[in-house]
Amino acid sequence: MAELSIVEAVNDAFHVELERDPTVMVMGEDVGRAGGVFRATAGLREKFGPNRCFDTPLAEAGILGSAVGLCMAGWRPVCEMQYDAFSYPCLDQLITHVGRYRWRTGGKMSFPLVVRMPYGGGVRAPELHDDSPETYYVHTPGVKVAIPSTPSDAKGILAAAIRDPDPVVVLEPKLHYRTLKGEVPDGEHVVPLGKARLARKGDDVTLVAYGSMVPLCEQAADVLEDVSVEVLDIRTLKPLDEDALLASAAKTGRVVIVQEAPRVCGFAAELAAILAEKAILDLRGPVLRVTGYDVPYPYWQIEDSYMPSVERVTAAVRKLLDF
Amino acid sequence: MAVLPAERDLRRVIGDADGAGDREVDGLGEQELLELYRSMVLLRTYDERSLVYHRQGRIGTYAIFWNHEAMQVGVVHALDDDDWIFPSYRESAIGLLRGMPPATVLSWWRGHPAGWWSPEDYNVASICVPIATHVPHAAGLAWGKKLKGERACAVAFFGDGATSEGSFHEGANLAAVTGAPLILLCNNNQWAISTPIEAQTHAETLADKAIGYGMPGVRVDGTDVLAVYEAAREAVARARAGEGPTFIEALSYRAAPHATADDPRAYIDLARVEEEKKRECVGRFEGYLRRAGILHDDLAQSIRTEAADAMRAGITAAEAEPPADVSLLFEHAYVDPPASFESDLEELRRIQGGESG
Repeated sequence: MAELSIVEAVNDAFHVELERDPTVMVMGEDVGRAGGVFRATAGLREKFGPNRCFDTPLAEAGILGSAVGLCMAGWRPVCEMQYDAFSYPCLDQLITHVGRYRWRTGGKMSFPLVVRMPYGGGVRAPELHDDSPETYYVHTPGVKVAIPSTPSDAKGILAAAIRDPDPVVVLEPKLHYRTLKGEVPDGEHVVPLGKARLARKGDDVTLVAYGSMVPLCEQAADVLEDVSVEVLDIRTLKPLDEDALLASAAKTGRVVIVQEAPRVCGFAAELAAILAEKAILDLRGPVLRVTGYDVPYPYWQIEDSYMPSVERVTAAVRKLLDF
Repeated sequence: MAVLPAERDLRRVIGDADGAGDREVDGLGEQELLELYRSMVLLRTYDERSLVYHRQGRIGTYAIFWNHEAMQVGVVHALDDDDWIFPSYRESAIGLLRGMPPATVLSWWRGHPAGWWSPEDYNVASICVPIATHVPHAAGLAWGKKLKGERACAVAFFGDGATSEGSFHEGANLAAVTGAPLILLCNNNQWAISTPIEAQTHAETLADKAIGYGMPGVRVDGTDVLAVYEAAREAVARARAGEGPTFIEALSYRAAPHATADDPRAYIDLARVEEEKKRECVGRFEGYLRRAGILHDDLAQSIRTEAADAMRAGITAAEAEPPADVSLLFEHAYVDPPASFESDLEELRRIQGGESG
């Protein structure tokens, strides 16, 4: 066990997985010589050579598109999108090809690629360095989506994504890249996709979150001293651990979903729909959402008012308890 | 290696267009020439029969490739079997040149799962329906083969309109940067549905675009199968020698509608179409072979009959495919599908079986 930050844990996963499997390669903008703008890929080029940690031209669609061809040639490419909002050009490839290609071959060829990126706001960054684009990815058939919130999960989920036979998109909470540290197992460490994590046990209300909203929910739980709050870290958005969601809803009867992305058709809406379909008799009040607003992600001087806050989460919990 | 300015003159071998007289292509004997002809007749027959099948309601919307056979055949014959082909919808039947049964391609146009072949079986990627998004795939495959030390190269087929797409640019640039063994085969038939080439680009030739990527660009008469073959053979040799990608602009003219759903009378010059039909590519090559004394009536007839028989057998086999089961809705999207697929299928079967919910 080592005490690592999230970005160090990601880097550790790469070192282990590239060593373990010679067909794994990392590609993206500035991943090689610079080791990534957040240093997530530091040391890989030196250790594994420039072909297995490849500095690509500035071309997000070209990166993911060529990764499709690399899969056909027997590689397992891990593509870095430098920032959340810079990933949008790759959506063309993701939607028209990555999510469809295995199906198109009648299941005869697989595309075991990974797209990973830092995501989310709160870091005082210029425009389009702050987005939470998970819904675009989750909505695309044929791909899996995971968002870790702890260093240990950041390592284990990336390892699982690299080993997974299907395309996986991994979003990493850049807000906590360096500020959140935790124990991370040495060597091979895999956290299976499709399994939620109970971050905190409680009886009165469940806060459901993923990524950077999990620590926020834990802070809210601390503030709500008189309430027994359960915090469920979804970890994998697709495939979703529905059993964990329904079990927690059955236990507390009250659910608040916290998501940083804009509200309309966000992932919180999907979770709320599942609860409406399958947990209605367990619920003691409406499912509430605390989300970003349906506006472009704002100038950073007022970004704290856009982001879900401890105050907004606790207000939602009080409202639900008073229902 | 310095890249020379792209060639402007069209390369030709068949000498009927400019009065230069027929040339011979080194290394192509009588048997190889007849093999090229057999392939062209097979594709031509496929295309013409498909139009009939569409009108009979036996296949769905179909993208016609009439007069594009020369560039498809010319390129594929310059490849080895372990080289990869990335077709657009205009090259939907190119797998026939790798032994794919006509029934498979006909099934694709019938919207039946029997048409979804495994690319690895033929080293022919799935048909790319959007424009140019397969160019990065071909670049990635070629790069990946090179990284593994394999000798295979790849060819991506795309049209003149595709050169306006970002994906073309990103794929071509990435191929050049990685030195990928790739042939970019641009079928410049001068029309993107109704948009003429002069509305597509201000470049004098599409081959000129190659200069910007630092790769050679050549122009060939795309209806001269031997000129295409020769240019592709050179590009393959460059690829195998580690010299990276080549851009080939194969010039032709779209003498047929874009697809069965298109009526070009609204935008095309019909007199020009009639002119182009007179020098269509299969007839031109037939003329070459007859002038060389290689092809005669009986042989031509038997080759045409063979192709027609293959198509008859193909449509019969495609129509004999059993209906696709609804379970296919949920198969193949994932190696490891979400649990919801099973319950969704169960519910669908119950409801289709007449039960409620």
